Amino acid sequence: MNTERIAVLAGGRSPEREVSLRSGHRVMTALVSRGYDAFVLDPADGPFVETLSAARVSACYIALHGTEGEDGTVQRLLDLLGISYTGTGPHACQMAFDKILAKETLDAAGIATPAWAAVEATAIRDLAAGPVLHGVVGRLGLPLVVKPSRAGSAMGLSFVEREQDLPGAVMGALSFSSAAILERRIVGPEVAVAMVEPSDEPFPLVEIVPKSGVFDYAARYTAGATEYFAPARVAPDVAAACRHETARAFKTLGLRDVGRADVMIDADGRPWLIDVNVSPGMTDTSLLPMAARAAGIDLPELCDRLVRLALQRSSAIVG
Amino acid sequence: MAEFTVDPYANLYARRTSGMLASEVRALFAVAERPEVISLAGGMPFVQALPQLLVLDVVTQVLTESSAIALQYAGGQGRSELRERLAMLMAEEDTPADPEDMVVTAGAQQGLDLIAKVIVDPGDVIAIEAPAYVGALSAFGAYEPRYLQIDLDEDGMIVEQLQDALLKGARPKFVYTVPNFHNPAGVTMSRDRREHLVALCREASIPIVEDNPYGLLRFEGEQHPTLRSLDPENVIYLGTVSKLFAAGLRVGWTVAAQGVTQRLILAKEAADLCCSSLNMLVVERWLTSEHWRPALGGLVDTYRSRRDAMLFALAEHFPTQATWTHPAGGFFIWATLPEHLDTRMMLAAAIDRRVAYVPGAGFYPDGRGRSSMRLAFCYPSEDRIAEGVRRLGELLADEDELYRSLSG
Repeated sequence: MNTERIAVLAGGRSPEREVSLRSGHRVMTALVSRGYDAFVLDPADGPFVETLSAARVSACYIALHGTEGEDGTVQRLLDLLGISYTGTGPHACQMAFDKILAKETLDAAGIATPAWAAVEATAIRDLAAGPVLHGVVGRLGLPLVVKPSRAGSAMGLSFVEREQDLPGAVMGALSFSSAAILERRIVGPEVAVAMVEPSDEPFPLVEIVPKSGVFDYAARYTAGATEYFAPARVAPDVAAACRHETARAFKTLGLRDVGRADVMIDADGRPWLIDVNVSPGMTDTSLLPMAARAAGIDLPELCDRLVRLALQRSSAIVG
Repeated sequence: MAEFTVDPYANLYARRTSGMLASEVRALFAVAERPEVISLAGGMPFVQALPQLLVLDVVTQVLTESSAIALQYAGGQGRSELRERLAMLMAEEDTPADPEDMVVTAGAQQGLDLIAKVIVDPGDVIAIEAPAYVGALSAFGAYEPRYLQIDLDEDGMIVEQLQDALLKGARPKFVYTVPNFHNPAGVTMSRDRREHLVALCREASIPIVEDNPYGLLRFEGEQHPTLRSLDPENVIYLGTVSKLFAAGLRVGWTVAAQGVTQRLILAKEAADLCCSSLNMLVVERWLTSEHWRPALGGLVDTYRSRRDAMLFALAEHFPTQATWTHPAGGFFIWATLPEHLDTRMMLAAAIDRRVAYVPGAGFYPDGRGRSSMRLAFCYPSEDRIAEGVRRLGELLADEDELYRSLSG
């Protein structure tokens, strides 16, 4: 029987607040069913550090999404407080959450991500960088995917078929973040590759088939709007390649304990890494719990495993 | 290989739920509700302005003197004594109503649902205003209608457009309108348009559904006759106490011809048997007391000052190319920005600057309204309104600059 007190951090002020609260509530319930003294703590409600310190927790489960929870802010603060937590440390969070840093790092390691360019709002405003967009279209071709450099849940994401729609798409992405990523659109099946330590028994890939054709916010969070297949209906060598590339990406970026990558597979069966997620969603429509379930691991066991990894670090800190 | 069904009922849901999707805008509103955000989004009545002790007194009296009724079921049509008080309320706008033609509903919102339920078959056409009250679109949407959208201008629905559509063969089941202080547009239908609309619909035998939640919240100018008063036989009327007393009590009503009323009663009973007896008694007693009129006067004064604060701030902070309506009452101002600014795309940036509004596209079934926004002045204080509009103005200037750089 576990008696450790666990604060499940969820909510926050990011646009993914609602998703995070859903994740957090499910994680809390799962941990309670495993005997933990778990409770949800919303950093946006009241004095966070004071409340957390007074609660005398053994560890935090980070179910925050978006900025604060995934960009290393909360992780760095918890390090400062000497409280251990689930998942990746601050520096790697920062690298993985910022798509510009992540793509540069992955490119340097030779991990395939779709051809891309980034534009900063300040460069467009102050350095009149707008006209470079035309050159970007020339280099990357159409269609393009335009997304904020620092956001999740496909928020602020648009597909651009025609060059004249590019300014609007870039403005939409910049609404969420100070920079926008423009990326060549890969057409093919999309799979989620989830990994949890110990990784000797990898989870099956989850194939994502949105009924609308686009895995946008509505397709992600409306139950029934997307069909999922686990294991994914891809050839074993393709699945192995997806897993291999994801493992390399996680290692390169420095992820710890848990992570989820979104991967597109092109017509030649080649995997392209789209996004790396350090704090995967845990809602009823989220991909990590789905992959775990396909591996025969239910949500309480999954959460328990992540918390135990954090607790091991906690005893290491104390020791 | 297993197909993973997140929702085991996914294949069971009725077609009418297909439009009920999670949305980015709704997710952003979850952040907009945080206290640090100045929300110009929600149309929440400022109930804090009500005399709380007098309300408490009324509730206490109801429970002390009539608990056996208050805690019991009521008839599906609603208490006749309440309907008499509601008829009295309609007389304030010179609109005669027979309590027998009324059904008390859970807010006017339930009235919208029941009306569509008894009138609309899948594929039927409903004529609506463009933009239209989004709650009506949600209520009607469950009955799978198609929409005929009629544009608005400063004088309300452009009735000539409806006339043209009818001449070309459009046959809407009914015409839905919010003639006074429109939600979201803030405009009021002129007297001429009212007369034209009523005559046109009577001629074509198309009923009008008149939704009048804000009629008694007039800040200035002359009161126009309700459509119901111009043609009692062809107008189904919706009223509510949400804006002049308490939205939380969920008391609204319909007034319609007897045939419609009888069906609405049956539909109401099928939906929820009856409204809350306790709430009906509270409203009844409030409207019988001497308090309701001064309380309403206080609300009107508050909303007028807030509207003025918003208009002043808009003139000061919004770009010169932007336009906005000048409501003579109600809760809302509709602002239209230069075409290249997309208010849905901009919402996250607005919330990042701690201010929220409702993007215009949600008020049009066909996705127009991308460069418009609804601004509510009913809830925040005048200072907060001024600060909220200032933040929005700054954002618009930045967005405009960004667009100009982007488009070279």
